[in-house]
Amino acid sequence: MKVLYFAWLRSKTGVAEETLAPPPGVTTVAGLIDHLKARGGGYADALKDLSCVRIAVNQEFAELDQAIGAGDEVALFPPVTGG
Amino acid sequence: MIKVQREDFDVGAELDALARDNHAIGGIASFVGLVRDVAGAQSVGAMTLEHYPGMTEKMLAKTEAEARRRWPLETCLIIHRFGRLEPGDRIVLVATASAHRQAALEACAFLIDWLKTKAPFWKLEETAAGTRWVAARASDDQAAARWVAE
Repeated sequence: MKVLYFAWLRSKTGVAEETLAPPPGVTTVAGLIDHLKARGGGYADALKDLSCVRIAVNQEFAELDQAIGAGDEVALFPPVTGG
Repeated sequence: MIKVQREDFDVGAELDALARDNHAIGGIASFVGLVRDVAGAQSVGAMTLEHYPGMTEKMLAKTEAEARRRWPLETCLIIHRFGRLEPGDRIVLVATASAHRQAALEACAFLIDWLKTKAPFWKLEETAAGTRWVAARASDDQAAARWVAE
């Protein structure tokens, strides 16, 4: 699974992109986020308030309960500020 | 048509090109977004626009398709820049062309309102106090929401 971080989520995690094998039991975005938060440090800081985090799965906006699997691209980022 | 690019664009040339070969077009509406030199009380020296390559083009194409579904557009253009920009630089061009003005003007407003809340871009401002990520504005969500009810 590919996980991407943008804007201040990238600054806080210190990572723009990583490929990881989701541990057994991680079947949704919420499960993935719990797994990432458990790493502590910048990950826990970046993901502590999910009201400021938006999610995309395979480049489409998604919610926490979206099912995800090994081949998916999951992106975590703040509310967008373009235009 | 969608263009996501680092380079600047020529507004006049882009608008001319839209209507050049289609004389069913009676009017073009356009919006040009620029970098301001102030944000709240602080002056901004420059900003860097980050985006999500791939998803950006996908979301802009969906937004364009929705505009074409709602209004009888002859054509439409969205150009959005990324990278480091300075005050006065152009950020975005939205242009809509239709037989009549109402469709063009409404679709243009819809496109800029929707892309501000749906296209994955983020602004990092450079101020005297350092850099900071621009926060999303509730007023942008409200501006986009008014098109949902219609």
